[in-house]
Amino acid sequence: MTPTVVLPVVIGGLYAAGVYLLLDRSLTRVLLGFLLLGNATNLLLLSSGGPAGLAPILGVAEPDEMSDPLPQALVLTAIVITFGISAFLLAMIYRSWRLVRQEVVGVDEEDRRVAAREAMDADDLDPDDLDPEDRPAAHADSLHAGRDGTDRSAEAALRRRHPGIASDDVGLPPTLRSGS
Amino acid sequence: MTSVLTPLPVLLPLLGAAGALLVGRHPRTQRTLSILVLSAVLAVSVALLVLADANGAEAVSVGGWPVPLGIVLVVDRLSALMLVVASTVALGVLVFAVGQGSADGDEETPLSIFHPTFLVLIAGVSNAFLAGDLFNLYVGFEILLTASYVLLTLGGSAPRIRAGITYIVVSLLSSLLFLAAIALVYASTGTVNMAQLAVRLAELPAGTQLLLQSLLLIAFCIKAAVFPLSAWLPDSYPTAPAPVTAVFAGLLTKVGVYAIIRTQTLLFPGGALDGVLLWAALATMLIGILGAVAQTDIRRILSFTLVSHIGYMVFGIALGTTAGLAGAIFYVAHHIAIQTTLFLVAGLVERQGGSTSVDRLGGLARSAPLLALLFFVPAMNLAGIPPLSGFIGKLGLLEAGVAEGSWPAMVLVAGGVVTSLLTLVAIARVWTRAFWRPAAQEDGLVDGPVDGPVDGSAPQPVGVPAGDGPASSDATADGGRRTAAAARQRAWARHAAVATDTTPSQDGFGAAPRGRRPSPARPLPAVMLGATMAMVVVTVALTVIAGPLYGYTDRAAADLQDRTPYLESVLGAGTGR
Repeated sequence: MTPTVVLPVVIGGLYAAGVYLLLDRSLTRVLLGFLLLGNATNLLLLSSGGPAGLAPILGVAEPDEMSDPLPQALVLTAIVITFGISAFLLAMIYRSWRLVRQEVVGVDEEDRRVAAREAMDADDLDPDDLDPEDRPAAHADSLHAGRDGTDRSAEAALRRRHPGIASDDVGLPPTLRSGS
Repeated sequence: MTSVLTPLPVLLPLLGAAGALLVGRHPRTQRTLSILVLSAVLAVSVALLVLADANGAEAVSVGGWPVPLGIVLVVDRLSALMLVVASTVALGVLVFAVGQGSADGDEETPLSIFHPTFLVLIAGVSNAFLAGDLFNLYVGFEILLTASYVLLTLGGSAPRIRAGITYIVVSLLSSLLFLAAIALVYASTGTVNMAQLAVRLAELPAGTQLLLQSLLLIAFCIKAAVFPLSAWLPDSYPTAPAPVTAVFAGLLTKVGVYAIIRTQTLLFPGGALDGVLLWAALATMLIGILGAVAQTDIRRILSFTLVSHIGYMVFGIALGTTAGLAGAIFYVAHHIAIQTTLFLVAGLVERQGGSTSVDRLGGLARSAPLLALLFFVPAMNLAGIPPLSGFIGKLGLLEAGVAEGSWPAMVLVAGGVVTSLLTLVAIARVWTRAFWRPAAQEDGLVDGPVDGPVDGSAPQPVGVPAGDGPASSDATADGGRRTAAAARQRAWARHAAVATDTTPSQDGFGAAPRGRRPSPARPLPAVMLGATMAMVVVTVALTVIAGPLYGYTDRAAADLQDRTPYLESVLGAGTGR
């Protein structure tokens, strides 16, 4: 029996495509990516039993010619698990769509709030409140505001360029609620 | 005796879950049933602990199949201790959840799936602790993860779905990695039985060993939330209902830590990746705790300390010495209890104060002195104040690090001390803001009228002088900038209000919030308070019995380093060399 090149190539291709889809922000693509990854892993598990042989049933084939039954049992378990979780994930995606009319990975508001906070404690000195001479060198003055009082933060710039779209949704397909 | 008892921690909760589903229409019966089942599991686990300490490791072949063919369940000192701690906190959390359910009026609209799912989760955790087989460990993980997906998204509100999707996708990825690792292990050794693997893996080329070890470690490190694979945890845990977060924080990551201990000691005793683990432990400790210091929400602070303190356990494992391992095991037991308790207290704080944000809370020490005490004791324990068990665990780990003596270990010791101090900082902020300061002195930022017009009188950060007139061009620019900043603050406050007002626990388990948040004067339900108090007592008891417990973990660590008891229990006498 000669080693086959088809299986490794298929497994590799499935892994590549699966990872690519998993990195997408759209949940349906994430689900598809997960299915591809799951199938790739199942194939890998199947191929770990060595080259294919006859059905492992006593009396039908000689033990030397049988394929290894254990990986097949493991794959069966793994398929059932993948199947169940895919169904759950589909339900989640549908629920997400019902709730917010989006099926993309959501933004963590708490993280953004922490990131936007100026200082941990209110009595910390804000460099913006100091005289320009007293400020530390390379103070990112331009990030806060210009002389004319316009808001020059990156968020504001993105807001001007893409009105109605939350800054980290820029570049995503428009959805009904993406502005909120 | 052991052969009868060993399968019970898996079997009882599964049967209990089936029973709880059948009686789903009778909440009272369901509650009684699940509490009875978990009490039985606790009793069995204690019996197993006593037996394992007296007789050493014991293996049970499920279904009577001989060892290389069938599935084995193995009880040694480590897994018995894990079972006892896990079933203790599970029971405490279940009683808390029952209290919360009856306080929120679940009598009329019973949520029949909570109890069965919770029991399935415990079955999965027990299965993972008992598995003597790599694939059975995978199945245990899948059982507990699938149950956790359901628990995390109970009610299906928007924030929970958002957090749940992150959690599920990350968990799925780690499960697939684990499965791929199993496939490769089977391809290279022809077995998935851990005792057999321990013998056969040693015969493989070093490169293959390293590949298999890294794959398994990456999969387990995702589950245990070791940096840089920890970002999913603080994002997903805080949105769940209080009892669910508590049991997740206590148990799920520790199952990952347990799997790391098994892999590192039983399967790959050479310590090839100890150096990498050591630095990962340092990064986990420091980055986790810096995250905690930056947060304002109690649940998030606790989630970040959870990540950070995983670093201590990984540190102990990575040292590769018996003392380090003993410290890590002690720390796991301590941390399961303490983290669960703190999350339960956070649930009570939210009921009492109507929020978990330290910017909104205040005056709890005066309005709820008992709650303050319940928070203070475990919080100090977490920070490692002597003589509590957190101090003993940390001291043991630091001593093990010093005894090991290499310079990375010394860096880790220093990192451990810094982390402990920063934990104190994070916890002290919660204490001073939520409990200590007078109730009226709230920060206007988040609590202010979020829909008001944006003008100069916007809520200003305390300490920044308000009201600058248009006297000079400089001042107007300044004022304009401030207005912009205030507007930004308000925008965030609105986001935060959206984010926090829909957060869990105000609604118990249900989807829709019942009206606004509970009035601050509402007394805390006695059952919830009692369950939390019992958990605090457990954490203090860990301090009281720390001496015998540390002796036990020492013996467990020696067993793990030796490997012979485990191998002989599975493969028969004489095979362990």
